[in-house]
Amino acid sequence: MKKLRIDETLYIKTPGFLSEQRIRKGPVAIIECTQDIPCNPCETICPRKAIKIGLPITNPPEIDEAKCSGCGLCVLWCPGLAIFVLNYNFDKIRASLTIPYEMLPLPGKNEKIKCLDRNGKYVCKGKIEKVTPPKKNSRTSLITFSFQKKYFNTVRGFKK
Amino acid sequence: MEEKELVIIGAGPAGLCAAIEARKKNIDVLIIDENIKPGGQLFKQIHRFFGSKQHMAGIRGITIGEKLLEEVEKLQANVWLDSTAYGIFGNRIAGVIKSRKKNVTVKAKAILIAAGAVENPISFEGWTLPGVMGAGACQTMINIHRVLPGKKALMIGAGNVGLIVAYQMLQAGIEVKAVIEIMPKINGYMVHAAKIKRFGVPIFLSTTILEASGKNEVEAAVICPVDQDYKPILKRTKSLDVDLICIAAGLQPLNELLCQAGCQFTYKPYLGGNVALHNENMETTIDGIFVAGDCSGIEEASTAMEEGKLAGIAIAEKIRKRKWDDEKLEVRNRLNDFRIGTFGEKRKISKMEIEKEYYEKVKN
Ligand SMILES: Cc1cc2nc3c(=O)[nH]c(=O)nc-3n(C[C@H](O)[C@H](O)[C@H](O)COP(=O)(O)OP(=O)(O)OC[C@H]3O[C@@H](n4cnc5c(N)ncnc54)[C@H](O)[C@@H]3O)c2cc1C
Ligand code: SF4
Ligand code: SF4
Repeated sequence: MKKLRIDETLYIKTPGFLSEQRIRKGPVAIIECTQDIPCNPCETICPRKAIKIGLPITNPPEIDEAKCSGCGLCVLWCPGLAIFVLNYNFDKIRASLTIPYEMLPLPGKNEKIKCLDRNGKYVCKGKIEKVTPPKKNSRTSLITFSFQKKYFNTVRGFKK
Repeated sequence: MEEKELVIIGAGPAGLCAAIEARKKNIDVLIIDENIKPGGQLFKQIHRFFGSKQHMAGIRGITIGEKLLEEVEKLQANVWLDSTAYGIFGNRIAGVIKSRKKNVTVKAKAILIAAGAVENPISFEGWTLPGVMGAGACQTMINIHRVLPGKKALMIGAGNVGLIVAYQMLQAGIEVKAVIEIMPKINGYMVHAAKIKRFGVPIFLSTTILEASGKNEVEAAVICPVDQDYKPILKRTKSLDVDLICIAAGLQPLNELLCQAGCQFTYKPYLGGNVALHNENMETTIDGIFVAGDCSGIEEASTAMEEGKLAGIAIAEKIRKRKWDDEKLEVRNRLNDFRIGTFGEKRKISKMEIEKEYYEKVKN
């Protein structure tokens, strides 16, 4: 049976995806949203005006690599759960990814996890680095987890 | 018989927004809903909505529902809950079973029908077994009643509803074995598909269901790929171990009351099927009967809210014999802003056609 596959190369060179050069410099938002969705909270919420959609609001989001600091606010607010913050320089050997998380129970800090790719397939081992529970009534948590640097464009989720 | 200026049937986003606008203009409003809590679909939509700031983007449906209810309460609109409108008679008279007990008729200067939509069923062998249900029904059970209708599920249909409900099933702790889609590509947004893919849920394209099997309830689903002509390739069937099969094959406007009122219809596939003709004020071909939200063509909560507002203002104009053109223009602009993109554009064109057909019919 034919399965829908989300390829690693799908988002490279789309306006929400930065050059590898910028990614290697430090925390930055990676936006995996390329269709004409009438949606723009990522643009309105960013305190640094690093995301541009403009008019019509169906334009796909474009990220400005100089302006984004990787603060993660857009990750929290994106209704498509399509934005992640990637920190390539988490430490010498590992990168980290911050994702929006809407499942319970939340994982614990330092918990060992299995990192998954965009299709939910196992990639490598990882570790939970930070858990930010929902603020006020946002009902979304942010989870930061680390894994080997070389998988920075492969890992997009985890399971316990 | 009771008398009211405006009777609104359905307390979803469309009905509530209409009530708010009409109350602001001091119209005497009665809202009727068959549920024990107002809000329509909003309270089962625990996800954040797309949109822009004006459309409350990034806010969850459930939170939007809470805000609307607060406002309705503040403006003191009458609400009858657990009450079903069963008919529209003669000169704008609604027949209602109030609180499941008493048969009451209400005469109104205007009636707004904002009754929402009904899910499209699809039939296959075993589809009447307990455990086969609409995706919306499953969503109501998990998010409102907090009951798990099953442990292992198959979702039929990869439109936005199928994808979103599959994700919410994961949130509720249901194992989603697969989402199947008969078309060679998904009809919903990639971001919604990506959300469930990341949790390892397979989405099978060009695949259909042949059978729900089981003795007294669903015990398995037999699925099968289809060829270019959508014919099942029978030698490649596969059985999935599931106890729940959800159908997300689209919605159609809930037209019974509009039919009964004598409204004229037109067929608009991009709006879910037969839609009551209505003009730019949301008035149908029957004088004083208005329509808004999914009932006037399947769209989204955001458009349902704007249409509700438009109907509320237009009804106040009609009753008070005044004009609030600027306010209506603002709402129409927001509606147009929202009807863009792959899905929106087609709906916008259909809506324009409906208005044109309305004037052709009303003139003759
Ligand atoms: C899974 C899913 C996801 C969605 N996601 C989004 C999204 O992200 N963004 C978005 O904008 N929209 C979304 N929508 C669409 C949105 O929910 C609907 O378009 C919207 O709720 C329609 O509003 P409405 O007021 O017309 O109808 P409804 O919300 O359906 O309300 C109608 C009410 O009328 C009542 N009623 C019907 N008949 C009678 C009667 N005879 N007597 C008394 N009461 C009656 C019903 O019980 C109901 O309470 C989604 C829908 C689904 C199913
Ligand atoms: S991570 Fe922060 S700075 Fe970067 S785009 Fe998102 S909100 Fe803006
Ligand atoms: S908020 Fe998310 S879904 Fe909406 S446009 Fe931005 S990236 Fe896309």
